[in-house]
Amino acid sequence: MADVNRGNRPLSPHLQIYRLPMTARLSILHRITGAGLTLGALLVVWQFIAAAIGPGYSAFVDGLLSSILGQLILIVSLWALSYHALNGIRHLWWDMGKGFDLDFTEKANYVVLGGSVVLTLIFILAIW
Amino acid sequence: MGYRTDYARVQQLGSAHEGVGHWWGQRISSLALIPLTPFFVIPFGRALGGGHEAIVATYSTWGNAFVAVAFLLVGFWHLAQGLQVVIEDYVPKKALRVGLILGNTLLCGAFALAGVFAILTILLRG
Repeated sequence: MADVNRGNRPLSPHLQIYRLPMTARLSILHRITGAGLTLGALLVVWQFIAAAIGPGYSAFVDGLLSSILGQLILIVSLWALSYHALNGIRHLWWDMGKGFDLDFTEKANYVVLGGSVVLTLIFILAIW
Repeated sequence: MGYRTDYARVQQLGSAHEGVGHWWGQRISSLALIPLTPFFVIPFGRALGGGHEAIVATYSTWGNAFVAVAFLLVGFWHLAQGLQVVIEDYVPKKALRVGLILGNTLLCGAFALAGVFAILTILLRG
């Protein structure tokens, strides 16, 4: 029974008191952006279904998505997509067993985070 | 060589009974999404705000429709796999976990098919 004598032993550094390094925070951000992109995916499908149904409903949905709030949601989604894609490339690199030393990882944190903002701006410029 | 039978070894499945299929699915779909993403996002974004005509004009060409169909199929596959891992990590109660995974798979499949069907409707009807 592994749990019998648990009471008096000291605990190892715990999530509540341990200051997570940036690499760990970005790992959590990867999951948050991935799950959050569910909303963006549903909005994209909504736009297509509306266009297939007919001009009237299509104009309504397109109007919602291109309103100020709609654009704000889509731009945040675009940033989430950019971040998730760039950090995903880093994950593929890690999967090959490369890029694990601390120095490289710390630098890559800033490349991925800064790159996600730059990539979002490039997308916005390409769309405008 | 351990205690596994030849049959178990040749199946490549291991103790979780599903092997590394899910892991590979996530990697292959993410690899496919890298080139698909810009080719989907830019035409979709350009059509946005242009009303029904702009969407029809964009997706009545085979190239844009093909990329959009591929992006939705691979994207929702990737989303289903990713959300499944999140559910597996945070839902300890087995009945609820299995139910959520089933619902997740069914809904992601349904939305992907609905999107693909809509794109094909726009492409073929013009």
